[in-house]
Amino acid sequence: MKFDDEPVPGYPLPILPGHTSPGRLERVLRAGAFAVTAELDPPDSADPEDVYKRARIFDGYVDAINATDGSGANCHMSSMAVCALLTRIGYAPVMQISCRDKNRIAIQGDILGGAAMGVANMLCLSGDGVQSGDHPQAKPVFDLDCMSLLQIGRTLRDEHKFQSGRKVTFAPRVFFGAAANPFVPPHAWRAERIAKKVAAGAQFLQTQYCYDIPRLKHFMQHMDDLGLLEGPNKAFFLIGVGPLRTAKAAEWMRTNVPGIHIPDSVIKRMAGAEKPAQEGRQICIDLIQEIREIKGVSGVHVMAYRQEESVAEIIQKSGVLQGRVPWYPGRDNLYANTTNPTETQKETL
Amino acid sequence: MYAVRRWSVRHARGLEIFYAAFERAFVALHPVWSRIGYARVEKPVAALEKVVKGFLFDCKMCGQCALSSTGMSCSMNCPKNIRNGPCGGVRANGHCEVKPEMRCVWVEAFAGSERMVAGKKAIRIVQLPVDRRLEGRSSWLKVARDKNPPPPKPLAPAAAAAAPATPSSTSAKAP
Repeated sequence: MKFDDEPVPGYPLPILPGHTSPGRLERVLRAGAFAVTAELDPPDSADPEDVYKRARIFDGYVDAINATDGSGANCHMSSMAVCALLTRIGYAPVMQISCRDKNRIAIQGDILGGAAMGVANMLCLSGDGVQSGDHPQAKPVFDLDCMSLLQIGRTLRDEHKFQSGRKVTFAPRVFFGAAANPFVPPHAWRAERIAKKVAAGAQFLQTQYCYDIPRLKHFMQHMDDLGLLEGPNKAFFLIGVGPLRTAKAAEWMRTNVPGIHIPDSVIKRMAGAEKPAQEGRQICIDLIQEIREIKGVSGVHVMAYRQEESVAEIIQKSGVLQGRVPWYPGRDNLYANTTNPTETQKETL
Repeated sequence: MYAVRRWSVRHARGLEIFYAAFERAFVALHPVWSRIGYARVEKPVAALEKVVKGFLFDCKMCGQCALSSTGMSCSMNCPKNIRNGPCGGVRANGHCEVKPEMRCVWVEAFAGSERMVAGKKAIRIVQLPVDRRLEGRSSWLKVARDKNPPPPKPLAPAAAAAAPATPSSTSAKAP
């Protein structure tokens, strides 16, 4: 899919009717294409090239790049700064905002600042507890929770005012997202909570790693029953996936990282494989192909932590882009000399 | 106390009935509170509230109680202070990711809300951001004050000054 008004870095796209942001992610989703987002592991460095290197890995395969905000309560380059660097050259980031480290004054300032830099997508999170990170001695802020953050963000965008009621002169035009984890207890209530997030202002949802298709189907069915897959309340679901490295790593993840559910069958498949890393990628591809068939799924969110180079292979082999080449800096120059860009695009896949 | 807190969730329906009656009586006493002066009764009532609700719910005195909307499980006991939980880190056994020995207050909350009547619906309403100025103050007096808005008769500036206290109490009810 190619929009005739693709971005000049630093310039926003025109906002289409019914859209809330000038971003490509919202356009791709609302156009009904299968979207791909990926998570960028922010560097422990002050070198901008470290960010660009990590972003380039995804070139041509993702519609937006998530810039995590101190994920796992570990210290890294800030989400805001990663987004600043990415938007400079036209990338479409999803700025993650966690409530752990900032109060409502700082967060609302970041929403305005982020939007001013051209960040069109923001993901509202409560954040991990400080105890799970590398600075357990830090003060947890949690002035807001993800739900009240969504509501404050929406008020800023739609009513042009801060939580205090004070007016902003130019509202941030943002596509707001939230996280979902259908794979942990209380299962019966997971869909209800997501309905609350949508009511608070979430337009898209990115889920935790999915390794359990039946449970995802059950969750999506519940979302459908709540009327969130169609009509005016439609929310876009990007299902989290990621390649496992070894059976041992998978076992470690499911016992030590709260919120990650990996069924025994997946661990067994990993353990029985000759080349576990390759099998991990294959499992990921198989999962994507099953996920794309589920009603209400709008895309996948690939979290290939420390295996980011595998994202291209996974997306290519899964075939979800159907010949589409998401925009990246330099894409259109590459095809400028060819007579039929669409065909070249297909060949590159 | 953890055991009492869990007892309260198991008896959420009983507490809901009791609180409804208590709130009616407490709100009806508005003339008394205003005769003595809300400011003057604040300290003793808050102290009493802290003892009672501290015992039953491990109340953290946020001053804007939402127990009626959270299945009688105090959400301020969540290490992340999530007023609209549960987060995505709940362990497979239903315990907290931050405090593994504690059951997730939101797993408890949904279980409690199932036993309640009004609470069953109330848990689906988005709780607004906490007003941190109310920390340590009495929720009961806040409800009594909010449910008895001052007559709009006196000078305009006085009414305007009293007004902002009301909208923040939309769905929060205090046992």
